[in-house]
Amino acid sequence: MKLNAIDERLLETIADLHGVPQGAYNIRKNGDLLSRLSTQNIEIVSKDGKPGIDVLVRPGTKNESVHIPVLLTASGMTDLVYNTFDVGEGSDVLIVAGCGIHNPGSGAAEHDGIHEFIIRRGARVRYVEKHYGEGEGTGERILNPKTIVTLEDGAYAELELVQIRGVDSSRRITEARVGRGAKLVISERLLTHGRQVADSIISVALEAPEASAEVLARSVAQDSSRQVFRASLTGATKCRGHVACDSIIMDSAEIRSLPELIATSPEAELTHEAAIGKISGEQVIKLMSLGLTEKQAIDTIITGFLR
Amino acid sequence: MLRIDKVTVSGDNGSGEKVEILDNVSASFDSGKMYAITGPNGGGKTSLAKLIMGIYRPSSGRILMDDRDITDSNITDRAMMGIGYAFQNPVRFRGLRVRDLLNIAAGQEMGGTRTSHRENMERFLRVVGLCPRDYAEREADGRLSGGELKRLEIAMMLARDPRIAIYDEPEAGVDLWTFERLLEVITNRQKNKKDGITIVITHNERFLKASDEILLMSDGRIQQQGDADEIWPMIRDDVACRWRASCGGELDEAECYR
Ligand SMILES: Nc1ncnc2c1ncn2[C@@H]1O[C@H](COP(=O)(O)OP(=O)(O)OP(=O)(O)O)[C@@H](O)[C@H]1O
Ligand SMILES: [Mg+2]
Repeated sequence: MKLNAIDERLLETIADLHGVPQGAYNIRKNGDLLSRLSTQNIEIVSKDGKPGIDVLVRPGTKNESVHIPVLLTASGMTDLVYNTFDVGEGSDVLIVAGCGIHNPGSGAAEHDGIHEFIIRRGARVRYVEKHYGEGEGTGERILNPKTIVTLEDGAYAELELVQIRGVDSSRRITEARVGRGAKLVISERLLTHGRQVADSIISVALEAPEASAEVLARSVAQDSSRQVFRASLTGATKCRGHVACDSIIMDSAEIRSLPELIATSPEAELTHEAAIGKISGEQVIKLMSLGLTEKQAIDTIITGFLR
Repeated sequence: MLRIDKVTVSGDNGSGEKVEILDNVSASFDSGKMYAITGPNGGGKTSLAKLIMGIYRPSSGRILMDDRDITDSNITDRAMMGIGYAFQNPVRFRGLRVRDLLNIAAGQEMGGTRTSHRENMERFLRVVGLCPRDYAEREADGRLSGGELKRLEIAMMLARDPRIAIYDEPEAGVDLWTFERLLEVITNRQKNKKDGITIVITHNERFLKASDEILLMSDGRIQQQGDADEIWPMIRDDVACRWRASCGGELDEAECYR
């Protein structure tokens, strides 16, 4: 496998990778497979007749990881994939996805990915998805990911969705169904600037007794960027769900935050909190009194907030 | 030397009327000395500290540090010149850990991992009685108790190690044992710093007595300044301040609770 300097930097940003990852991996670049490795317990195969892969995690696989980064370094191209993850009963794995775009030209570079997860009984998954865009060109960097999660009984999934700077337009859709005694945690971190737009639409159905979900979103909107955050929890039985979205708004940005709770059972316990506010002047002053410039102080506060 | 020369700071009282928060204040602080500022609540002590740190800007007057006019320099510049201020009400930070704040205070990159940085950071925590193992990784957010946060505020001052250190009620909210420690740390630090100036805003007798000089502030003015042993009895018995602190002599209401 040949990685150039841009590839390496993108990989490091989106997947904390320094070169080739440990464990199973599938690296996709500009619409083609660049490199793949299956392991004894984690098998990666191409889908028949359509772009995308099936990732099969054998039941009982513990402490293993899969990296499936996508790199886009060409202008004027739209990459579309459909990936399926079947995580076997009782396993415990880390899945790192993410898309890094380096758009050198004036055409748009777009990646639209659908990730479907079937997390079998009692399995645990930590899923990390980072988006990042850069490039000297004027072309837009566009990402439209869709994540579909099914948690079987007693399963647990933690989704970490991160997009910090660089992506001009994104529309993220996350849909989940949570089974009996299963738990889903979604934490989202978003920073937009310039004239970027980002939408995130999350819907979680708590369908079986003792299902639970937490959606924790933090975002910062700078310059004249715009964000829409919509999170909807549906509780149809004895279940628990909580949505918390917290945003810092700056300059002439716009943020819409719309938590939604739908209960069709008196046993459903659903709560939400949402807050949008400016950066705290007191915090800036304190950090300046410790020797930081105003800009450094603001950056420090934002970095901490989005950590 | 730090000199405040005929400074007035104005604000508004919330209903649009202009008020003088500091009213033609002059004071000077010599290197090598520890000063205590006391006086009734609302007298202008915190405002004077904010003026020195550059947080409040004067509408008239000058601030001089070693004869250099620093009236127009901003907060960052003053921090860089060696002025430090430990807030009366410390600020909470979500997302920043105790060790991040100490590293920033010490002028080191956030998240810096060099061993020397870590050892330093841990030392400052231990000095204020916060065990590094329990506190270094905690967020400096709403979950720290009032006294813990106050101790962190003082640890940041020690990490910063400024030439002019202003502590705003370091005793407020800290437990008896930590108080003893802070009193000792703050006074010893000044003793070991020949060109340093320590200013402690306080309502505590022990801090007043440990200082070289005391300033009494009320109504946005410095009413008295002098050697601690001379001035302490006068301040304790100050009729005007007692009158102010008891709402113009209306003690009847308080008597109901006897
Ligand atoms: N930014 C401001 N705008 C308007 N008024 C202010 C402002 N800051 C302080 N003041 C007023 O100035 C007066 C002095 O406040 P300051 O905080 O300096 O008092 P203090 O001596 O520190 O009191 P305490 O002992 O309670 O801490 C108060 O009446 C306060 O309301
Ligand atoms: Mg005060």
